[in-house]
Amino acid sequence: MVEFSLWDILRNLLLALRWTVVLSLIAFVGGGVVGGLLLFLRLSGGRVAERLIGLYVQLFQGTPLLMQLFLAYFGIALFGIEVSAWTAASVALTLYTSAFLTEIWRGCVAAIPKGQWEASGSLALSFGEQMRHVILPQATRIAIAPTVGFLVQVIKGTALASVIGFVELTKAGSMISNATFKPFVVFSCVALLYFALCFPVSLYAKNLERKIHGARR
Amino acid sequence: MALVAEAPLAAAVTAGGAPIVRITALRKAYGSNEVLKGIDLEVQRGEVIAIIGKSGSGKSTLLRCINGLEVFQEGSLTVDGKPLLHESAMAMRELRQHVGMIFQSFNLFPHLSVGKNVMLAPTLVKKRSSLEAASQARKLLTRVGLEQKFDAMPDQLSGGQQQRVAIARALAMEPAVLLCDEITSALDPELVGEVLRVVESLADEGMTLLMVTHEMSFARKVSDRVIFMHQGRVHEMGPPAELFGNPQTPELKQFLSSLHD
Repeated sequence: MVEFSLWDILRNLLLALRWTVVLSLIAFVGGGVVGGLLLFLRLSGGRVAERLIGLYVQLFQGTPLLMQLFLAYFGIALFGIEVSAWTAASVALTLYTSAFLTEIWRGCVAAIPKGQWEASGSLALSFGEQMRHVILPQATRIAIAPTVGFLVQVIKGTALASVIGFVELTKAGSMISNATFKPFVVFSCVALLYFALCFPVSLYAKNLERKIHGARR
Repeated sequence: MALVAEAPLAAAVTAGGAPIVRITALRKAYGSNEVLKGIDLEVQRGEVIAIIGKSGSGKSTLLRCINGLEVFQEGSLTVDGKPLLHESAMAMRELRQHVGMIFQSFNLFPHLSVGKNVMLAPTLVKKRSSLEAASQARKLLTRVGLEQKFDAMPDQLSGGQQQRVAIARALAMEPAVLLCDEITSALDPELVGEVLRVVESLADEGMTLLMVTHEMSFARKVSDRVIFMHQGRVHEMGPPAELFGNPQTPELKQFLSSLHD
């Protein structure tokens, strides 16, 4: 029987960690772009857009990410389109992230006092100019901390992509555990790696929050 | 200007100018609550008008209708002969270049320096170069007595200074009419004077001013015409000496006496 050293386990987990990081980045960048677009539509598009996007947000916030991954993986296949685990996981996580980010950001825009809209409007600025030069610079300041905080949720959320056969950290963990028969050691390592990834991010978020509150007194 | 109160229309004719603001049968309601019940008002170029009245009388709403911050349901409103059209973003943008507004709560942009606050609209809307806009901003800040605050951030200023920056910011767009919505109400009493002095100098220079105010002595001193609003209507109107010295309606009498308590 082959003996596996701790290093063997860790080395293979580290290789899989790459994909957790890549998937998180895809989800975050993709979700950020889609979320930003939705935010813009929501603010400028009138009541119908507001309703539809509100529904979109409720849909993704009100169902488990696991279901969304299943639906993306098996659902798209129903239309005769071959989807890899990569595509399905990217799509599902991007949509999931966009729903949360657009809601977080909407809250940040809504937190800007009405007087800022009125003052900039009275100065004859157009909607786009108001957004770009007055509202967003202020909303961004408020948004940074909760946005980075949400990144932690996304990183942990990528673990669910293992159920559709995507080999990231969690999936690699269960495969290695099946080969080594050392589930406790393996999953301890997996947990530590997630922690090593998430802890600095949430620390950073906390730091940012303190900085911004410090600046505003 | 002294003639205005007795015969505003005749004065307009003799002055040969069309009114800068013309409001006709303006009605505005929030749901079933009618706050403006048919307002008719003509403002001549260079005229200084003080609007007084109890809170809830519709005076702020009337002011906010003039630059489109409030949408009205009936009647018409023209500025410089151009009608206010809420549906057209272009027309609103055009109109707002002629109508400046100063708010009770200053509403400076907190993320921009004082100079940038003043420069923002001229560079974006009037497409001025930043060099041009900066020199204009310095001039305007000098005019309101804040030339040394160009690089300061708004939260480093007192309320009175912030409000004077807000005035400079509004003037940067070279408006034909300036609306002042209770601009000293959020100030500590010792800071009111510095802001009112700036407004008075604007009045002296011939700026058309419409101000909602609780500063009766200021209204009396500076305005050409005082409008007393009551329950969504122009209840009484006339030159300050007449309106304050010899109020005709019981509502105005009561309002004025309530101020002296």
